[in-house]
Amino acid sequence: MRRIISVLVENEPGALSRIVGLFAQRNYNIESLTVAPTEDKTLSRLTVVTDGKPETIEQITKQLNKLIDVVKLVDLTEGTHVERELMLIKVKAGGAMRAEVKRCADIFRGQIVDVTHNVYTIQLAGTGEKLDAFIGAIGEAAILEVARSGVTGIARGEKVLSL
Amino acid sequence: MVVRALADEGVEYIYGYPGGALLHVYDAIFRQDKITHVLVRHEQAAAHMADGYARASGKPGVALVTSGPGATNTITGIATAYMDSIPMVVLSGQVPSDFIGTDMFQETDMVGISRPIVKHSFLVKRAEDIPEVLRKAFYIAQTGRPGPVVVDLPKDITDINKKFPYEYPNKVKIRSYNPPVKGHSGQIRKAVDLLLKARRPIIYAGGGVIMGQGSEALTELAHLSGAPVTNTLMGLGSFPGTDKQFVGMLGMHGSYTANLAMHHSDLVLAIGARFDDRVTNSTSKFCPTAKIVHVDIDPASIAKTVPVDIPIVGPVDSVLKEMITSVKQAGDIQDQTAMESWWKQINEWRSGRGGGLFPYDPGDGVIIKPQQVIQTLYEVTKNDDAYITTDVGQHQMFTAQYYPFDKPNRWISSGGLGTMGFGFPAAMGVKMNYPDATVACVTGEGSIQMNIQELSTCKQYDLGVKLINVNNRALGMVRQWQDMQYDSRYSHSYMESLPDFKKLVESYGHVGMSVTELKDLRPAMEEAFALKDRLVFLDVSVDSSEHVYPMQIKDGAMRDMWLSKTERT
Repeated sequence: MRRIISVLVENEPGALSRIVGLFAQRNYNIESLTVAPTEDKTLSRLTVVTDGKPETIEQITKQLNKLIDVVKLVDLTEGTHVERELMLIKVKAGGAMRAEVKRCADIFRGQIVDVTHNVYTIQLAGTGEKLDAFIGAIGEAAILEVARSGVTGIARGEKVLSL
Repeated sequence: MVVRALADEGVEYIYGYPGGALLHVYDAIFRQDKITHVLVRHEQAAAHMADGYARASGKPGVALVTSGPGATNTITGIATAYMDSIPMVVLSGQVPSDFIGTDMFQETDMVGISRPIVKHSFLVKRAEDIPEVLRKAFYIAQTGRPGPVVVDLPKDITDINKKFPYEYPNKVKIRSYNPPVKGHSGQIRKAVDLLLKARRPIIYAGGGVIMGQGSEALTELAHLSGAPVTNTLMGLGSFPGTDKQFVGMLGMHGSYTANLAMHHSDLVLAIGARFDDRVTNSTSKFCPTAKIVHVDIDPASIAKTVPVDIPIVGPVDSVLKEMITSVKQAGDIQDQTAMESWWKQINEWRSGRGGGLFPYDPGDGVIIKPQQVIQTLYEVTKNDDAYITTDVGQHQMFTAQYYPFDKPNRWISSGGLGTMGFGFPAAMGVKMNYPDATVACVTGEGSIQMNIQELSTCKQYDLGVKLINVNNRALGMVRQWQDMQYDSRYSHSYMESLPDFKKLVESYGHVGMSVTELKDLRPAMEEAFALKDRLVFLDVSVDSSEHVYPMQIKDGAMRDMWLSKTERT
């Protein structure tokens, strides 16, 4: 089962390595991982997408909670939530393909953020599935480079992950 | 600054080995008299000494080692403490802050290397942080589920020429660390209800009861409820080993009675235990008819390997006391007839097969059986309130089986990691802090050679520990498995070049003795323990073909065991 776990951690050196190390040490999966400071300078928010049996997910959250640097965490997939990933993608856009790529980007509500004679750089945000679909639509032959941010997310409604 | 903080923390002894990165600290040690430093001969022993002291006292032990090899030599000791949840603080030197990451002489990333085997670790960044970091380190090490904490000290941080105001904090608060202080009362009431209504209950108590200082409460609860008690290897001594409700250790080499009682029970009350693979055998066949109540301070221990019906997260002592109150309030709801027939069944298991929890063939009366060594050790030391440490292997299991511990913190053994070489330095750590106590290490000729250099430390500090070497001239447990699973192909499980241990210990200035026949065993043991202040190494030649039984059969249930080389359940 795919799970998105958001974790508030102390903004301390070494905190990230403890979390990543825990996943490696206990043989848990990491599909993607994002981390950045929050509005509170002493805290970072880390979002990890993982996959495993319910017992494994329970252990993951318990083991994460045991780390001294972890302040709080939530399994976003337990409730409704918004999930987003950002992708920057360089696509061949010369000649006849140029208009087609632009149309495709429009359909997916992507934005062209950089242009050369032969290349478009497109920015696209959405769920991982949407980004995959866009890659499929453009076709591998046209893709020059892909940079994806990994998933981040937040719960819907009034639920808040904070101190 | 470091030394002053340690003194303020109430530390009396630290075990360590100096080196370049720590010279400032060693100079400070030289110029004070509040803390006694014990110079070991190998840093691994410093960690085990700290660990041994922690197991005997419940307080964190402290090791002090230099950067690089000094630090890495403690890794086995830290991992040993981590696996058994032992409070310990390891202070390691580090190259100066500005040189970290340059592969400087004796540099190693200690925080990185130790990360998977510590409860937490610190790299001190500013000298003025030392008091607070140390206070936090001790707080984290000994609260909640205890464990080792590493504090890495770059050399510039400990520079004694840098002055700054010093204040040792009385209290620390860590917002992300709040160990539970109390169990859930509703869950506790439910657990007591199950316990009293059970027809075949059993209490399964582990090392958490000892570290959580819950032995007294456990004993009271067991007596109130009348349930049989079994201990894990780590839990021995948490319930009196000579009590009639005690059915012996459980698990891979647990007693026939304990393993059968577990398998047939209808309620397992697990306290401070973690359903380790050496206990459960196959988890899918584990206690098929039992409901499981699990009390533990670490939520991650609950339902980790075996599903639990009633989880209770909290400190064992407080939870047990609440259970006792609840049992007293519940009144007479226990089915006495059911309990009587449960005990009748248990006593049949116990008295069958020659009687006793661990029957064995005593041999011809000349050759010494390893079991007889432990029984003799018990006879000789039982009135001394002795501390017994062990190394790892057959002798460890025999000691767990044949030496009944009536008090907590007297049995000191590496359970989770299974560290050969642990027993001797652990015994030294105990003896250092309890100089009047009888402290013995049961070891084997394999294990003792993993830290034998500490004979020298014992000479320097007059540590009169007793070493009982159960010498079968083989790595017995490895060979037992080779006998049972590899058609007795003894691949590297015997030693052809053993030293003359008697001469060896004599060369260090200690007393060496050796026995080869049963008639000499008891007199030699008595003589060894009569030499109160001396280190005595008693080398006992035992039957090398002996196996440890019972032994659970792989992938089976608790009840599936080999009972001897030819009989099984």
